[in-house]
Amino acid sequence: MNVTVWVPGDAGALALGAQATAQALVAGARAAGTEVRLRRNGSRGLYWLEPLIEVETPAGRVAYGPVRASDVPALLASGLLDGRAHPLRLGDIEQHPWLATQQRLTFARVGRIDPLDLAAFRAAGGYRGLARALELGPEATVNEVLESGLRGRGGAAFPTGIKWQTVLRQPPGRKYITCNADEGDSGTYSDRMLMEGDPFTLIEGMTIAGVAVGATRGYIYLRVEYPHAFRVLNAAIAKAREAGGLLGADVMGSGLAFDLEVRLGAGAYICGEETSMLESLEGRRGEVRVRPPLPAEKGLFGAPTIVNNVITLATVPTILANGATAYKDYGQARSRGTLPLQLAGNIRRGGLVERAFGLTVRELLEDYGGGSMSGRPIRAVQIGGPLGAYLPVSQFDTPLEYEALSAIGALLGHGGVVAFDDTVDMLEMARYAMEFCAIESCGKCTPCRIGSVRGAEALAAVGRGEDRDRQLALVEELCDTMLNASLCGLGGMTPFPVQSAMKHFAEDFRGRTRGG
Amino acid sequence: MNEQSILAIVERHRHRDGPLIEVLHEVQEQFGCIPAGAVAAIARGLNLSRAEVHGVVSFYHHFRTRPAGRHLLQVCRAESCQAAGGRAIEAHAKQRLGIDFGQTTADGRFTLEAVYCLGLCACSPAAMLDHEVHGRVTRESLDALVDAAAKAG
Repeated sequence: MNVTVWVPGDAGALALGAQATAQALVAGARAAGTEVRLRRNGSRGLYWLEPLIEVETPAGRVAYGPVRASDVPALLASGLLDGRAHPLRLGDIEQHPWLATQQRLTFARVGRIDPLDLAAFRAAGGYRGLARALELGPEATVNEVLESGLRGRGGAAFPTGIKWQTVLRQPPGRKYITCNADEGDSGTYSDRMLMEGDPFTLIEGMTIAGVAVGATRGYIYLRVEYPHAFRVLNAAIAKAREAGGLLGADVMGSGLAFDLEVRLGAGAYICGEETSMLESLEGRRGEVRVRPPLPAEKGLFGAPTIVNNVITLATVPTILANGATAYKDYGQARSRGTLPLQLAGNIRRGGLVERAFGLTVRELLEDYGGGSMSGRPIRAVQIGGPLGAYLPVSQFDTPLEYEALSAIGALLGHGGVVAFDDTVDMLEMARYAMEFCAIESCGKCTPCRIGSVRGAEALAAVGRGEDRDRQLALVEELCDTMLNASLCGLGGMTPFPVQSAMKHFAEDFRGRTRGG
Repeated sequence: MNEQSILAIVERHRHRDGPLIEVLHEVQEQFGCIPAGAVAAIARGLNLSRAEVHGVVSFYHHFRTRPAGRHLLQVCRAESCQAAGGRAIEAHAKQRLGIDFGQTTADGRFTLEAVYCLGLCACSPAAMLDHEVHGRVTRESLDALVDAAAKAG
């Protein structure tokens, strides 16, 4: 007998023991006379159920989770390989409300296919977007992206089509497509999941960008903390080249060339800032550049360059394949399409929620997150990484879209939402924000380099109860200087978590006892 | 380390655009760090000044000038992990190994490092031991990891 079982190879699933589960499964089944054909997929994104395994049965894929290696003998005994009943049986995972209520466009294939199975990728709609882009030609492809309303998913939310148009209008010559995969914001992991779970989508998106603006070379700037994604991307790129005509001198028989390579970062948060990333790609210290010129005019090695985030580029294929209107129909106001939100921190059901813009913070935390992991009330969330504002409960009805968050002095960033329960010390979180900025500052501008160090010192002094009012006034002044005089977002946005903590959780800065 | 082996690495990458960081990655992979003597050789090989190479080595947290211990334990300090009890895990790791972040145990067995996000935020707190990732780390699971690594050598 021969049974196919899917066990995610996603780093998050591996961190929860997926490899041991896979081994126990193969060995246990073999002992009972059954060969398990192990297949690896990305994660479905329901991390509280990882390791989530799926057994192929005549009735379809039957999921079980969370399955630890120690659960395997009992599962096998109760008929796991026939998809039989067990307390860990979840049935068809796509019918699970947590997944069935999502609108997965960018993540349509993640968790469903073997990430390196090019035939499965194509069978599931892959490379339809590129084929259409080649039919449309450069101008119309760029217009399609413009029309879709897609905005940069890395955090800055700049309209992607405008960036592409700028590069398209530069005189022909050397141009580059660069993908920012330096996903350093705490609470975010959608780039990682996509690169590990459906790398061909990113490759297709970058190729579309290349043929649209006349660039022949692409770079994926990947953080060194993602060794799994590094392996998957390199294997996928090799396959796309071997498959003949997906990368290389003649993309899909169009006569157009496009190829790409992965470059590893070296542990610097600042290299997620686009100009710093370009410096790093050129092999230098990741110090930010003064703009103008914009990278779209003078970017990598001085040539016109598109810098887009992983999710932005990976969303382009669905836009081209199904048309700008289909994509634009999702979302609200000036936030069109879907956003892969990432639930993190102290949360019961953490994972990836791709929905049209507009879900409220509360809906995300309660309907999907199921409240805190600790069971205590959620007191604060930080949205958009270490430079994002802290929101108190009174702001939890804010919809998760660009303008609504901006209106309350917050930002959506890369869509990470980190929940904190009521044991959190917001003074300490504010001090940490300054400390993080000090650790990661590239050092080029003074407000960031010095302001962050002084800010952390002042907030530490507040914590010790020393000269509280004067120190808090100093922090306000430092924030003002950093906000208005820093060269880039690191110094310029570190005040967001600090000031929001001071404003909404003032009691923590006035000697509130922890947990009291 | 000898200059020949460094120059061989440089040779493999010099045709690429912006090769310095790629060279440094490979040097570190081969020698466990960027040895002091390597800077001059890399600079010569890539036609850069030593200051430029040193500047890059010292800018990036990932590059080290002294080799790490036989096992590298990286504990995430970022917000998501803090929200899920990561501070206690940090303290426990330091206490268990008897060292602070950035240090190596006297027997050369463990190096402890802070990292800022491993992208495992749905299963915080997270840590990485010798490139293996671990989520929902507890004091007990951390002890088990350290014990297993210590037994391995």
